[in-house]
Amino acid sequence: MSVTPEDVRHVARLARLGLDEAELPPLVDQLNGILGHMDVLQQVHVPDTIGDWRQPAASAGDSQGHPKRRDDALPPDQLAREREAFAPAMRDGFFLVPRLATHGALGASSERDA
Amino acid sequence: MSRDSGLSALHAHSVDAAWAAYDRVQAGPEGLNAFLAIDRDARTAAPDGPLAGVPVAIKDNLATLRLPTTCGSRMLEGYVSPFEATAVRRLREAGAVVIGKTNMDEFAMGSSNENSAYGPVRNPLDPTRVPGGSSGGSAAAVAAGVVRVALGSETGGSVRQPAAFCGIVGIKPTYGRVSRYGLVAYASSLDNVGVFGSTVAEAALGLEIIAGHDRFDATSADVPVSSLVPTRESISGASPLAGLVVGVPREYFPDSLDADIAARCRRALDHLRSLGAEVREVSLPSTDLAIPVYYIIAPAEASSNLARYDGVRFGQRAAAEDLGPMYERTRSRGFGAEVKRRILLGTYVLSAGYYDAYYKRAQAVRAVIAQEFRAVFASGVDLLFTPTAPTPAFRLGEVSDPYAMYLSDIYTVTANLAGIPAMSQPIGRVRGMPVGGQFLAPAFAEARMIQAAAALERSLGSEAQQ
Amino acid sequence: MSTPHTSAAGQDWELVIGLEVHCQLRTRSKIFCGCATSFGEAPNVNTCPVCLGLPGALPVINDHAVALAVRASLALECTVHDESIFARKNYFYPDLPKGYQISQFDRPLATSGQVVIGRQADGSPRVIRVHRVHMEEDAGKSVHDRFPQASAIDLNRAGTPLVEIVSEPDIRSAAEAAAYARRLRQILEYADVSDANMEEGSLRVDVNISIRPVGTSALGTKTEIKNLNSFSAIERAVEIEFARQVAVLTSGGHIEQQTMLYDDKRNVVRPARSKEGSHDYRYFPDPDLPPLRVTEAERQAQRDALPELPEARRTRFARDYGLPEVDIEQLLASRLLADRFEILVKESGDARRAANWLLGPVLASVNASGRALDAHPVSLARLGALIRLEAAGDVSNTAARQLFTLLEQEDIEPRVLAEREGVLQVRDDSALVAWIDEVLAENPTEAARFVGGERKLQGVLVGLVMKKSKGAADPKKVNQLLAARAG
Repeated sequence: MSVTPEDVRHVARLARLGLDEAELPPLVDQLNGILGHMDVLQQVHVPDTIGDWRQPAASAGDSQGHPKRRDDALPPDQLAREREAFAPAMRDGFFLVPRLATHGALGASSERDA
Repeated sequence: MSRDSGLSALHAHSVDAAWAAYDRVQAGPEGLNAFLAIDRDARTAAPDGPLAGVPVAIKDNLATLRLPTTCGSRMLEGYVSPFEATAVRRLREAGAVVIGKTNMDEFAMGSSNENSAYGPVRNPLDPTRVPGGSSGGSAAAVAAGVVRVALGSETGGSVRQPAAFCGIVGIKPTYGRVSRYGLVAYASSLDNVGVFGSTVAEAALGLEIIAGHDRFDATSADVPVSSLVPTRESISGASPLAGLVVGVPREYFPDSLDADIAARCRRALDHLRSLGAEVREVSLPSTDLAIPVYYIIAPAEASSNLARYDGVRFGQRAAAEDLGPMYERTRSRGFGAEVKRRILLGTYVLSAGYYDAYYKRAQAVRAVIAQEFRAVFASGVDLLFTPTAPTPAFRLGEVSDPYAMYLSDIYTVTANLAGIPAMSQPIGRVRGMPVGGQFLAPAFAEARMIQAAAALERSLGSEAQQ
Repeated sequence: MSTPHTSAAGQDWELVIGLEVHCQLRTRSKIFCGCATSFGEAPNVNTCPVCLGLPGALPVINDHAVALAVRASLALECTVHDESIFARKNYFYPDLPKGYQISQFDRPLATSGQVVIGRQADGSPRVIRVHRVHMEEDAGKSVHDRFPQASAIDLNRAGTPLVEIVSEPDIRSAAEAAAYARRLRQILEYADVSDANMEEGSLRVDVNISIRPVGTSALGTKTEIKNLNSFSAIERAVEIEFARQVAVLTSGGHIEQQTMLYDDKRNVVRPARSKEGSHDYRYFPDPDLPPLRVTEAERQAQRDALPELPEARRTRFARDYGLPEVDIEQLLASRLLADRFEILVKESGDARRAANWLLGPVLASVNASGRALDAHPVSLARLGALIRLEAAGDVSNTAARQLFTLLEQEDIEPRVLAEREGVLQVRDDSALVAWIDEVLAENPTEAARFVGGERKLQGVLVGLVMKKSKGAADPKKVNQLLAARAG
């Protein structure tokens, strides 16, 4: 599979990476170089029953091997300092961000990506 | 309270001694640049704890409360975490004194510590050479004698490889043995907190203190932690390793392996035989697939883990009138070239149309690799022994091709892919620089692995520096 | 229930609708961290490293959220799988702290359920199939009009446990869409897994809608309608979008796949802005969370925790109480109301009267006072006793209503209260005869005419007896006795 500059532009958009055009050619070469080494995986025979890489006897769990779930009543890990101490911009307790230019008045939850 | 197993040096090395060494080595034209932040006011929180008064260094991708956690990146410049990593908390509660945060490849992506936004780290044994990565700063801090125990992290060998390059001990535990809560995620299914030590016993003690189940990490194993520091009796005497079967995978000793490194490994194996172990050749046929598999899975998971660096709630934020440009500028300025490369690669292999061919396939081959290890261990082999890295420490700036850099992880990524414990210890010098020998063990068999390593360390004695 | 739409040009179009419903589970804490899920608090107070997505934080699944999700799935008659997988849905949005939402993708918690939304013409149940139920975390909230040029992000809601319930595209009309949403809400409320309130946001409904010529089976291009805040909004929005799609296709155009928003104030459905091309969520299994395993014991425990669900109750109410469908639906509106109705039936011995009293005076009083139904001052035991008095004819309907109002102020045995108020109807013959005799004696002319055969005077005489008895006489009995005196 060969990566094109448009592929890299597209992927950079998905990842919100803001590349400028000058950065593209070396990245295209590097990605193609790296991905070229991955082609060998296509030839590997993998049995259908191979399952997961993790240990079959689940060790991250209780005596039946089921993963431990959190008790609803347990408190969270408390923050040792106020959000204002590490947030880039806050007001009235809200995190502030520049408004997305295309937002309308109906409320974000209707305009979100999902 | 120290045990009669070679821990006296650990307790003898005071915080003051640490600062004296720090002041000698950190700065200047050939300064190590191993530390990104220090805390001269740090004190022990547990004067009676097993690590009371012991100075330790913490890799800068583990969250600490008093010092920033930058992960070697501009993105987190000045960021002081409002919560503490479990591994760090356990060390502090045992009395350890966190004297500083160490330099690292940005977001743990690198094998030479040349990818830090805060400048490279120099190898204490040769300042023109790299200390290895991504935990280069912690390795250098131990090798330079600033601390005798330090925490690092491993995703593809980032503790073992720098340990080998710097001539010290580095342990990667079983995946899930140590809580990842507070370890800034690079690749979640591969990340481990690891421990550096001047000696096997010291690294083992560090691991014993931080290991164990943590309710804040759903992948943390609920398996009891046994005592990991070997007793003197268990490693001395005529045949302390009698009955131990050590497998040597032929794929780790190709004809192309550096002849001097191969010789040091053979010498180490001779020592193991003299200690009573049986050495047996084995095969791990999928070894060559490990790098391609790793460099699909790790960047894929990283591309998702690093999406949270958007300037909204914490970290650096680039000015912008609109949200879209804010994201793009923040991320393009905050991340270095290697990080961007891996995010792009990872996003690509997860994207529509490519997921099955790349990510899904890589996970399937990963399962094959893991199964091969299990099969070898089930066939009567207790431990495996291999070189840690294909070369000794190379020079700063020497390796510029990204894929060539990835290949320096060739012997270490397999343990991360399989989730098994592994460790590196110095087994000699090649052309003046240290080389490491690596043990790999079945899941949760750290105690047996550490015992063999301690016995080898004792048997090698000063040969480990020759 | 489902009628195709015939456009002016004569082409019959069939509506094909599926609903995606997000339901907040009623747990104390969030799905992946211990922060409280309580609402209405100052922004960002219920946050921690995990739901803030801080570097190094990790998710751990809430056991109670799993229990409720299993229970909800069983209430929808789904198969709950032994193992399901959490997956990351990757996209960027300021109220999505990690830059991905933890959800489930190709291995959801449960599949293959159903909801009965009514009866068809032939009496068979009208069934809408449920395709899947999966668990996921809610995002935070963004407010765009509080500060100029900025959006304000509140992450209190981020991490609230959700189940997403996806139906098959079985729905064929706007009315069915609203009915499905109502029935679904009711089931979730009965199962006690959620407040399931559309207005409050604990139940959110998105509609996927496409049309196709009647008689064809291929699915047309669908659009998705969001921002529906009530059941009637669902119905209105579907009608609007159906008409739009018909108009587009009839005029030779094609439907663009897009997300639409319903504007309640203006009653329009319009395309959402700011969609930058298609979404590539790059789903992959979340490595921070082991597979979710549900045992048979757990499934059984949640089955046991389920009450009798609305559909089963519906059938039983019709069979055992002989009430009209309209009343049954009203009584089933909430589990609490249905439960109290059944208790009242036991206390009063009269299902029809119990229904009338609950749906009438009790609900009116509850609504006026703003109290909760189970906080109403008249206990069901008292109300049952009152109903028994009324049924026996010991008090008139009017008197019973008056007593009810008094019982809201005073906890007293209804019979005692009726005696005190003097409204206990007297049916004792001798007392009644005495009053009748008095009235006849005091009104000799009318008496003579009545006895002589003028039946129509009976009403007047009964009235006079009632007056003389100050309303205590049982009018039925008075009528009987008087009638017997007539010639």
